[in-house]
Amino acid sequence: MRNISFNKFYRKFNILSLVLIVISLVFLIFKGLNYGVDFKGGTLIELRTSDKTNNISLIRDSFNQMNLGDVSVKKFGNETDFIVKFEKQNSNDPEFIKNIQNKLSSSIGDVDFRRVENVGPKVSSELLKSGIIAISLSLAAMLLYIWIRFEWQFSLGAILAIFHDVIITLGIFSIFSLEINLSIVAAVLTIVGYSMNDTVVIFDRVRENLRKFSDIKIFDLTNISINETLSRTIITSVTTLLALLSIYLFGGEILKGFSLAMILGVIFGTYSSIYIANPILVALNVSQRTIVKEEKD
Amino acid sequence: MLYFSKLRIISVIVFTVIFSYFAFSNFVKFDDKFFSKNINLGLDLQGGSYLLLEIDNRPVITQKLQAKIIELKRYFKEKKITLKNFSLKGDTILFETTDNEIENVKNILNDKESDVNTYYPTYKSHEFDVLENGNLFSLNYSRYGLVLLKNSSLDQAIEIVRRRVDEVGTNEPNILKRGNDRILVELPGLDDPNRIKSLLGKTANLTFQFISQNNEESFGTEKLSFEDGSRDAIVSKRIILSGDNLVDAKPTMNSQTNETVVSFSLDRVGAKKFGKATSTGVGKQLAIVLDGKIISAPSVREPIIGGSGQISGDFTFQSATDLALLLRSGALPAPLNIIEERTVGPDLGQDSIDAGILSLFIGFLLVILFMIYKYRAFGLIANLALVSNLFLLIGILTLFEATLTLPGIAGIILTVGMAVDANVLIFERIKEETKNEKNPIIAFDAGYTKSRTTILDANITTLIAAFILFFMGSGPVKGFSVTLGVGILTTLFSVYFIARLLTSLYVVKNKDKEQLL
Repeated sequence: MRNISFNKFYRKFNILSLVLIVISLVFLIFKGLNYGVDFKGGTLIELRTSDKTNNISLIRDSFNQMNLGDVSVKKFGNETDFIVKFEKQNSNDPEFIKNIQNKLSSSIGDVDFRRVENVGPKVSSELLKSGIIAISLSLAAMLLYIWIRFEWQFSLGAILAIFHDVIITLGIFSIFSLEINLSIVAAVLTIVGYSMNDTVVIFDRVRENLRKFSDIKIFDLTNISINETLSRTIITSVTTLLALLSIYLFGGEILKGFSLAMILGVIFGTYSSIYIANPILVALNVSQRTIVKEEKD
Repeated sequence: MLYFSKLRIISVIVFTVIFSYFAFSNFVKFDDKFFSKNINLGLDLQGGSYLLLEIDNRPVITQKLQAKIIELKRYFKEKKITLKNFSLKGDTILFETTDNEIENVKNILNDKESDVNTYYPTYKSHEFDVLENGNLFSLNYSRYGLVLLKNSSLDQAIEIVRRRVDEVGTNEPNILKRGNDRILVELPGLDDPNRIKSLLGKTANLTFQFISQNNEESFGTEKLSFEDGSRDAIVSKRIILSGDNLVDAKPTMNSQTNETVVSFSLDRVGAKKFGKATSTGVGKQLAIVLDGKIISAPSVREPIIGGSGQISGDFTFQSATDLALLLRSGALPAPLNIIEERTVGPDLGQDSIDAGILSLFIGFLLVILFMIYKYRAFGLIANLALVSNLFLLIGILTLFEATLTLPGIAGIILTVGMAVDANVLIFERIKEETKNEKNPIIAFDAGYTKSRTTILDANITTLIAAFILFFMGSGPVKGFSVTLGVGILTTLFSVYFIARLLTSLYVVKNKDKEQLL
């Protein structure tokens, strides 16, 4: 077993985390998230042009002439593939998409619409609402589960660790204006599960060691527990990251945002189990008495 | 923890083999009657359209309220009770009565046997809520009255939508109710949804009305514009005939004018009405009105008594076909709006499948190599468990004919990455146990026992996330939660039955070796 003094850096990393959280919150509050059509409403078109000379500005110009509100055009994988998003969506005109395709074909040559997503304002606000409910519900469920399984000090540590991971992941999405869509909600929920999973493994060990050693202070006890579970932490993170990296690199453009969010979540989830969850046990001065008292009750 | 009875070994093997067979039947066509299920591919993988339609019930409500006013007038007239000053204000019917009839009217409207305000014992509610203020009554749809109205208009609309979609002939469309005013239409494999979209976007309310020559029609008149927007015409509000009386419609060629027309035939009632109206109206122009727009207004040259006719207009063959289809399938009770559309072209779907399988393969390979590097022989055991885990997962998805989406594939890959966690927890624990315990069998047993609660805790948390996602998520994301959730269950099975079985066999055989793990 290795013996790394993780606990020496508790304070330093806590300050770092705090700084990251503050930065994330500032961005989330003042810059906000870049919602995709799922949550903002509007139209998304993934198109493939037959003419390789077409570039972003040419396509943007053609779309701008159609009076569709704010238009954004991005490359999407191949050099002939683009993602176009605009505010307007027209549910009452069934010919809406067809007309756009006709106009576009006449200005930049043949285009193939590979994917069209058209979300009305009512649906998008419902999706956003249910996304927020889903994430809150999962946090509540985790809290409840860990409250049943552990003492409240542990629950607090685990929940703060999850908040840390979710806030920083979303913060990074805000800073780099990465798109938030339905699959990102799925990613965030999985991050919540993963972060919890990682924290629970270390906490189980902490509790076991608390029963075993009455004379070791929690400050050192957490360090022993982290070290004892360290190879598992590393191996599991590595295998999960290998799988995610494979999705990110080879899974196609559609899964890029999802896998990126997951990768960030796994990295921060692993980090927070060590540097958020454990220092909280130390700060709350957990001792053998904490768990013995609970078990007597 | 290491002991396995013969029976258990056999059941584990049988179980695994059966599910692997289910999994393989997706890729290799076994020619048998025993198992013919397949995983469904989501619209994002096979291509197709997802349309969410919302019914706009406002016109229906207004229509029903107007009909209700007529019904009330007639009913109370028969009872010789004077009601006056009927009006419709928003969604409220207002009327007045004389002072000595107040109680009487109130009793009729609030009677559980009431003929004009139906009582629903199951909901303990009348169709209308009645309020009275002196001699002024106001009637509003009650909550349940409105729900029932919406439900019946939705049921009707679904029926019409189904007919229209079936007429176009797509393969295995999926048409479902969502809430009490939405319809979900899934059209797999559909390349171009534009035609269906324009067919579903039309109410297809067809009426025949005379163009009025003077403005003194007893039914009143309305100003309607022609379909092509060229001009307007004053049309009598009297409806000679509506689309309800049509029994068939098809596009045909008019041999005299050489243009495409829609010919229709009427039922008996319709034929009679049409014959009567056209015999009195020779010389008049008959407007054919579809959804408030005049398609054409031919002059009646002679009475049409045969019960069939033709609609002309500037049709192409395609537009005549579509109009005939709409007329055959009937009118929607209310307009439908497409509030959400997601269409994926078939080639993008195939690209997604290819990318998904490639990344699954690579992710799987990387994890397998890493585990062998880390644990050697036990890595191999963990990998065998992982492979059977994958087969079990796909097998179960096949058994339940689950829908696999692109995020669902991501869920499978993620399961692969996270599935080794349980084995890693066990192996690491065994390593620790071997430090104090020289007998490998005891050490292995302790490793399994002591890691169990942790593994359960860790997996239940992910399962909770998957559950919530399943109930809150929609479409592709739901597919992710299914694979993630089922993946956890198969992981636990593969770890505790397959990997443990292999481990126990290996340990018992090599118990005298130094440092097994």
